[in-house]
Amino acid sequence: MNSFTYTRASGVEAAVREKAADNAVKFIAGGTNILDLMKENVERPSRLLDLNHLPLKAIEAAPDGGLRLGALATNADTAWHPEVQKRYPLLNQAILAGASPQLRNMATNGGNLFQRTRCYYFYDTATPCNKREPGSGCSAIGGYNRIHAILGTSEQCIATHPSDMCVALAALKATVRVSGQNGERTVKFENFHRLPGDAPEFDHTLAPDELVTAIDLPNEDFSQHFSYLKLRDRQSYAFALVSVAAALQLDGNTIKEARLALGGVAHKPWRDQQAEELLKGQPATEDTFRKAAAAVVSSARGYGHNTFKIELAKRAIVRALKQAAEGTQHASDIFTNSNP
Amino acid sequence: MSTTSYIGKPVNRVDGPAKVTGAAKYAAEFNVPHLAYGHIVSSSIAKGKITKIYADEILAIPGVLQVFSHENVPSLAWFDRSYKDDVAPGGSPFRPLQGNEVKYSMQPVALVVAETFELARYAAALLRIEYEVTKHDTDLETKRDDGFEPGRGKTGWVPPPKPRGNPDKELKNATHRVEGEYIHLAQHHNPMEMFASTVEFLGDKKLNIYDKTQGAFNSQQYVMKVFGLSKDEAHVVSQYTGGGFGSGLRPQYQLFMAVLAALELKRSVRVSMTRQQMFSMGHRPHTLQYVELGTNPDGSLAALHHHALHETSQFEDYTENVVNWSGMLYQCDNVKLTYQLAKIDVYTPQDMRAPGAATGSFALECAMDEMAYAAGIDPLEFRLRNYAERDQNLKREFSSKKLRECYHEGAAKFGWEKRNPEPRSMRDGDLLVGWGMATGVWDASIQKCAASATFTADGHLTVLSGTNDIGTGTYTIMTQIAAQTLGLPLEAVTFKLGDTNQPEAPLQGGSWTAASVGNAVKQVCDKLGEQLLKLAQKMEGSPLKGAAYEDVEFVNGQIRLNADINQAVVIRDILPASGKDKLEAENTMLPNPINQLKNSLHAHNAVFVEVKVDPELGTLHVTRVVNAVAAGRILNPKTARSQVLGSVVWGISMALMEESVMDHGFGRYMNHNYSEYHIPVSADIHDIDVIFVEEEDDKVNPLGIKGLGEVGLLGVAAAVANAAFHATGKRIRNLPVSIDKLLL
Repeated sequence: MNSFTYTRASGVEAAVREKAADNAVKFIAGGTNILDLMKENVERPSRLLDLNHLPLKAIEAAPDGGLRLGALATNADTAWHPEVQKRYPLLNQAILAGASPQLRNMATNGGNLFQRTRCYYFYDTATPCNKREPGSGCSAIGGYNRIHAILGTSEQCIATHPSDMCVALAALKATVRVSGQNGERTVKFENFHRLPGDAPEFDHTLAPDELVTAIDLPNEDFSQHFSYLKLRDRQSYAFALVSVAAALQLDGNTIKEARLALGGVAHKPWRDQQAEELLKGQPATEDTFRKAAAAVVSSARGYGHNTFKIELAKRAIVRALKQAAEGTQHASDIFTNSNP
Repeated sequence: MSTTSYIGKPVNRVDGPAKVTGAAKYAAEFNVPHLAYGHIVSSSIAKGKITKIYADEILAIPGVLQVFSHENVPSLAWFDRSYKDDVAPGGSPFRPLQGNEVKYSMQPVALVVAETFELARYAAALLRIEYEVTKHDTDLETKRDDGFEPGRGKTGWVPPPKPRGNPDKELKNATHRVEGEYIHLAQHHNPMEMFASTVEFLGDKKLNIYDKTQGAFNSQQYVMKVFGLSKDEAHVVSQYTGGGFGSGLRPQYQLFMAVLAALELKRSVRVSMTRQQMFSMGHRPHTLQYVELGTNPDGSLAALHHHALHETSQFEDYTENVVNWSGMLYQCDNVKLTYQLAKIDVYTPQDMRAPGAATGSFALECAMDEMAYAAGIDPLEFRLRNYAERDQNLKREFSSKKLRECYHEGAAKFGWEKRNPEPRSMRDGDLLVGWGMATGVWDASIQKCAASATFTADGHLTVLSGTNDIGTGTYTIMTQIAAQTLGLPLEAVTFKLGDTNQPEAPLQGGSWTAASVGNAVKQVCDKLGEQLLKLAQKMEGSPLKGAAYEDVEFVNGQIRLNADINQAVVIRDILPASGKDKLEAENTMLPNPINQLKNSLHAHNAVFVEVKVDPELGTLHVTRVVNAVAAGRILNPKTARSQVLGSVVWGISMALMEESVMDHGFGRYMNHNYSEYHIPVSADIHDIDVIFVEEEDDKVNPLGIKGLGEVGLLGVAAAVANAAFHATGKRIRNLPVSIDKLLL
C-alpha cells in the first residue's frame, strides 16, 4: 500500500473540482473494494477523497414515479428499503445475493458500480494484466480462467464485472445520474459499463471528473415475475460463476415485457435485448425460454476452464425465466439463493 | 456423589472468556516497547536468481530501518541439521535470505523493517528486485514417470509394507474388478490467524519470542540452532494459536525473519505474513492416486492395489502415509501398496489435518463404493463383509476397535436402511438425493511428555506443560484431568501451556496431544497426590494413617478412605497444617513400550452423507452428515463434538471447494486469498450429527485416550463424492466436486 493523503469532500461540486484538478485523486465511499486494491498495490492513489459526508444517502421518489437511489445509500439500506422490497424485489434479491452482510453494510450504491474485476491476474502484480498495466498482456487467456468471461471478450481482456446489484439494475433499465464540471447528465445503465475492446483499463464510460450522485429506477412493475439466480462455488461471499436477472410482465401466459441480464459472463452486466425481443409476445413456456437462452449464448466463447459457463448460462437462463414466470423464485431450488 | 468428577463431562472451555473478551493474546498482539515492523517481500518468479535488489532506494525513506536480503544477512549456521526442525523431512531445509537463488514462487526474498507497519509495507511495495529467470517446472501431471521412492522420510512416516500374497494374479482372477485414478490439487491450511512473530529484544542476545506455532519448543530449537543462542536467550511463548491444522508444525519463515531483524537491529521486531503469503508455505500436496480392487464371488476382497504419487520440493522429500491405511482397513490377503514422490518447483508440502490419510481414504473409500456397485452389494454391507479383525500390515491385534459399532450406530441414526441403491432413484421434489458413506482410520499415538504441578497453601493447583492449544480444547481437558485426579473443583485448578520455560511437551499434532499431555498431567498430579497423602497422614488425628495411595480417593476437595468415605481429610487444610507454602512435583511421562509394540493402536470412524443435487444446474449441497467416531475415551463431549464438527466442515470443504490452483505458466498459485480459495460459509453447512462410540482401552495408554484431531475428517470427502454418485450416476474422481464437473 502506498502513502496517500486523505481528505473529506465538502460538496458534490467541490469533489468534482478536486478530481478534475488532479487525476491521482480517487474517491472513496464504503471502501470495500478500493482498500483491497490498495493493499494489493493494484490501485495506488496519492489522494483519497472521502465522499461519505455528501448528502447523497437518500432513497426517494423520482420525478417520473420511479425510485431514486442515492449514490451513498448503502447496499444493505437499499435492499431492505420498503419501496425496493415492494416495487423492485429483483434488486433486493440481487443485492442480497452479493458479498456478505458486513460488506453490504459498508458498500454504497455508487461504489458498487465502480467495483473492479476479481480476475486473479488483475489482483496479482507479479503477473501481466492489460487492465492493470495496459499493453502488458492478458494472463487469463491461456492461463487459469475458470471465473472469466464468455461474452463480449477481446484479445486484450476476458475479465468479468463482479457485481450482482448491477445485473439487476441493467435488467430494470436503471439510469445513472452523474455530476461533472459541465453540470449534470444521465447515463443509461447499458451505456455505463463498457466492453474491454482495445482499452480494458477502462471499466466504464464516465469522464475522469464525473461523480455518480444517484441511480434512478424507472416506474415499471416487475414485482410479480422476477428472479435473480446466482450460481457460485459457495452459498455466500463468492462471486457469480453465472447469474441471471430475469423479469417478466405477463398477460395470462403471454409475455408482454421481458428483461434478461447476466452477471459473471462479461466485462459488463450483460443485458441481451435481442433475447428480450424473442420472449416478447410469446407464451411463457420452457420452449420459449430455451430459444432465448440459446440466443444469449450464440456468440459465447469459452477459454478452457470457463467453457462450462456457456452451458451453465443457458440452463440458468431457462431456470430463472421459469421461476420468474411462476413467480416462485425459491420454490424449485431451495439452495440457489440463501438469503437471510 | 463426586462433584469433582470431570472426565467425560461437557465442561465449558476454560479459555472461552479470555478468547471472547480479547484478553487472549496472539503472537502479533504483544505490543512490546519500541517495536519495529518487518514486511516480507515475496518473489514474483518461480525459479531463477536475484540479480539486483535496489535496497538503497527505500532505505532513503525516513523511518525505513533496514532491508534484509541475501546481500547482507550475516553468516549463520552452516549445516543443514541446524535448520532441521522436529518434523523436517529428509533433504536440505530452505534457508530464508541465504543465497540469491529463487526456488519457488512467492519465496521470501527480502525483509523490509521500518518504524511502523504501514511504512514497512509501503517500502516493501516499492522495493525493486531484478531476477534472472530460469524455466520452472510445477506440473505434477508431467511427472508421472519421474516418481521415486523416498529414502528416509520425516518422523512418523512409515514406508508402505511389502506386498503380501499375490495381488497381480488375484486381481486378474477376480470376479469383479474396478480401477480408477483419483486426483486432488494442492490445498493450503489457511488458519484464521496468519503467521506472526513478535520478538522482544531484552539486550545482548536475549529474546522473548511470541510465535504463532504448534510447538514452542520446536521454534525454540530452530532459533537456537540457526542463530547460535542458548535456551535462556531464545525464550518462546505461544499461549494461544488461532488455528493450526498442521501449518504450525514447522517453524515458518516469519520467525526466522523476526529473530534475524531483532538481533541485527538490537531492538524488538514484529513480522506478520499477509494472507497471500499464507500460500507461500507448506500445503497438502497435489496427489495422483491409482486404486484397483478385485473381489471374490462372495463379495470378499480378493486383491487390492493402491498407488500414490505426490509432489515435493526440489530440496526436501516430504512424506506422508497415503497408501498404508489401505492395507489395514479391510481384510485382504493380496495387497500391493506403492508410494512415490516427484520433485517440482514449489515449496515443500507439509502435514495438513490427517496428512496422507485424508488423501488415501478419499481414493480407497471411493474405490470401495465403486466396487460395491460393481459387485451389487450395499456399500455398508460390503464394508462389513470385509471387516478387518486384526491389523494385517503390522500383524497385530487392535488394542480396541469399535468400527463395527460405528457402522451400526451411524447407519441407524442416518436411516441408511431406507436407501434405494439405484443411482438417481431418490428425489426431493426436483432435486436428486444421494446417500453415500465411507470409513476412516487414524493412528492413536502418544509421545513422551513432561509436566509439573504446584499446589499452594491457598488450595490452588497449577499445572504446567509446554504444549499448545490450537483451538481444540487442550486448556480445558487438562484442567479437567488435573482437577479430577486431585479431587479439586475446576476453579481451583489452572493449567498453563505454550512457554519454553515450562516442562517440555511434544508438538501439538498427530492427534497425540490429549493422550500425551493428558497422561503426563495425570501422572504428575498423582505424584503430587502421594505427597499430599503423606502430609495428610502426619496431621494430628489423621484418619488416613497407614493408608496406601491406592487405598484412598481424591474427591470433593478431600482425601478419603475407599473403605470408609467418611474418614477424610480436607485437602485445603493439609499445607497450613504442615506449615508448608507449597508442594511441587515434576514428571516425564513415557509411553509404555510393550503396549505400543504389541498392539495396533487406531481410532476409526464411519461417515454417512446426504447430498441434494439440482440435476439441471449441477448445484450440490451436503444436507446431512452423520459421523460416528470410535476414539477411545472421550474426555469432554462438548469440545470433542466441536472438533469433529470442524472436521466434517473441513471434509465438506475438501470435497466441494478447496484447491490451490497453479498457473503453470507462472508456477504460481493464482487463487491465493480467502476470496478465491473457497472454504464453506455457514450457509453451506446443514445438519451434522456426531456420535461417539466409546472404547475402553487401557492398552493404548493409561487414560484410554486416542485423540480426535484428525479421525473425524476421514471418509468425509469420499462419502460426499459417493453420495454425489448415488444422486447423479456421475463418478467424480477429481476433487473438488464442483458445479462444472457435475454439470457436464
